[in-house]
Amino acid sequence: MTGNSPTEDSPAGNGTDDSQDLLEVDGIVKSFGGLVAVDGVSFGVEEASITGLIGPNGAGKSTLFNCIGGVYQPDDGEIRLDGEPIQGRSPTEISRRGLGRTFQTPETFRGMTVRENMAFAAKNQTGERALGALLRPGTVREEEAAVQERVDETLDFLELDHLADDYASGLSGGQRKLLELGRVLMLDPEIILLDEPVAGVNPSLTDDLLARLRELNDRGRTILFIEHDMDVVMENCDRVVVMHNGQTLASGPPEIVQEDERVVEAYLGGYD
Amino acid sequence: MALLSGGLSFLVTIATIGCIYGLLTLGLNVHYGYTGLLNFGHVAFFAAGAYTSAIVTMPPPSTVTNASYEIWFNLPMPFGFPVSLAAAAVVGGLLAFLIGLTSVRLGTHYLAIATFALAGVFSDVLVNEAWLTNGSFGMNSVPKPARAMLSADAWQLAYLGFAVATLAGTYLVLTRLMDAPFGRLLKGVRESEPAAKTLGKDANVVKLKSFVIGGMIAGLAGGIYAHYLGSVVTAQFVPHVTFTVWAAMLLGGAASNTGAVAGAFLVVAFEESTRFITTLYNWIQSVLPEVLSGILPALFGPLPNNPSFIPSMRFVVIGILFVLVVRYRPEGLFGDPAEIDALGEED
Repeated sequence: MTGNSPTEDSPAGNGTDDSQDLLEVDGIVKSFGGLVAVDGVSFGVEEASITGLIGPNGAGKSTLFNCIGGVYQPDDGEIRLDGEPIQGRSPTEISRRGLGRTFQTPETFRGMTVRENMAFAAKNQTGERALGALLRPGTVREEEAAVQERVDETLDFLELDHLADDYASGLSGGQRKLLELGRVLMLDPEIILLDEPVAGVNPSLTDDLLARLRELNDRGRTILFIEHDMDVVMENCDRVVVMHNGQTLASGPPEIVQEDERVVEAYLGGYD
Repeated sequence: MALLSGGLSFLVTIATIGCIYGLLTLGLNVHYGYTGLLNFGHVAFFAAGAYTSAIVTMPPPSTVTNASYEIWFNLPMPFGFPVSLAAAAVVGGLLAFLIGLTSVRLGTHYLAIATFALAGVFSDVLVNEAWLTNGSFGMNSVPKPARAMLSADAWQLAYLGFAVATLAGTYLVLTRLMDAPFGRLLKGVRESEPAAKTLGKDANVVKLKSFVIGGMIAGLAGGIYAHYLGSVVTAQFVPHVTFTVWAAMLLGGAASNTGAVAGAFLVVAFEESTRFITTLYNWIQSVLPEVLSGILPALFGPLPNNPSFIPSMRFVVIGILFVLVVRYRPEGLFGDPAEIDALGEED
């Protein structure tokens, strides 16, 4: 079964070779009791692309994200990261394999400073082991200096540097979204999944955030994000995947997807 | 050498018990203050440590009255002392590991119920497995290290010195741990497990580690307690100990090691001071002018003469303290309000 079979019959079918996709979602099914939230979704995310995942409320986008991130176990189907199946693995392991994600409602560490939030995400810290922290203070100090340097760079990049020592509980909604993104960047993942990164963010910050995402993409990062705002998706994405009723309705370059009749009907509000 | 006079002797006792509760509170602070684990069975780790020290150092049953225990190691003092304390810490940590293994993945409130229940089960085991614990008679010949070499007063002071040193050492080790990335790891898991997991940290392993470290410290406190009193009885290890430690931690300020130690000393002093209520009552009666002397008896009547009055006052005092701290100063004396603000909240 190929990843994009439901899209091949759509005019937006991309026809790219699945084996080149960094993330492959292949026939994922997830139901809660009698409710089938995700019903055989398939698509691929090309390496170094920005892909937008759109669809009306209840289309199953966030559920799919949670399946990819390991929060939910899909009932059926396969998810491959770099060719390796990851479905059913724990969020911890999926993260360690190079997938970073944010949540629809930001999950910041409220009782910790912005700096601590960021440094938490750094990988392979000797000082995270109790004995390492006690017995190898020199190594811990060196590593911590490097971590803090990266924290400063990333906060600079996200223009959060002036908030470094503030508690995350004092941040605005948009700043929390940025902080969550920053934490994910500290992970240095191969692919970044963002769940509505600009929802509830004020317009000027939205532009900033999107500019940051494009800049990250220019540096070769692969990004998949859920978004409701059509303009945001059309202007920023290389490819768009449209979900409806738990299934893939169409996928391809934004200008083609935009023209798709079924997409217009299902998502853009039909014909007025 | 004369015995330490009444007041001074009392202070030395309070200080020593304060150190032991300081250790217990530092342990609970690792659990709740840093990791957000609602542990309501802390007394079990304390008891495990105390009984371990008793078992490894008790003399043969034949030399002890009412003895029914069948396992003893009779480690000689003073060299057996460090071994005994190390064993107490290890067993406290082991018990925490076993309880943690089964319950640490439970959500906050479920963990509170599970730990409270498991501590109750553990307490029943201590009462009923008399071959190991001597049942409700308790182990009453736990050696006091170096007691033979020193006078009663000198020993009291020396043991206080040892307790202070242990508390200070534990405090320093914990401060180092919590200032290191390890402390950040615990706090992150406390703040949001889903976020910690998606950032590649194994939250359950982190919580288990925290549980074991806190359990080891409580076990160590148990060992010091056993060798201080020279006797270990199940009646000492009641849920009230757990709640006293909670009160101490909240009063001092969760997620503050300084607060844990300060809170422990304050609460112990506060609790012990209830024994002076009768004295205070009598003193007030004696200085009141004749015409007013009927007021106090009319107000409090038979209460202060009731033998259960003083012990029950301790529960009242701790309860009131709990309510006052949580209501008016949730961050305690040394806690950080911004950090404590979100502690214990779900979502």
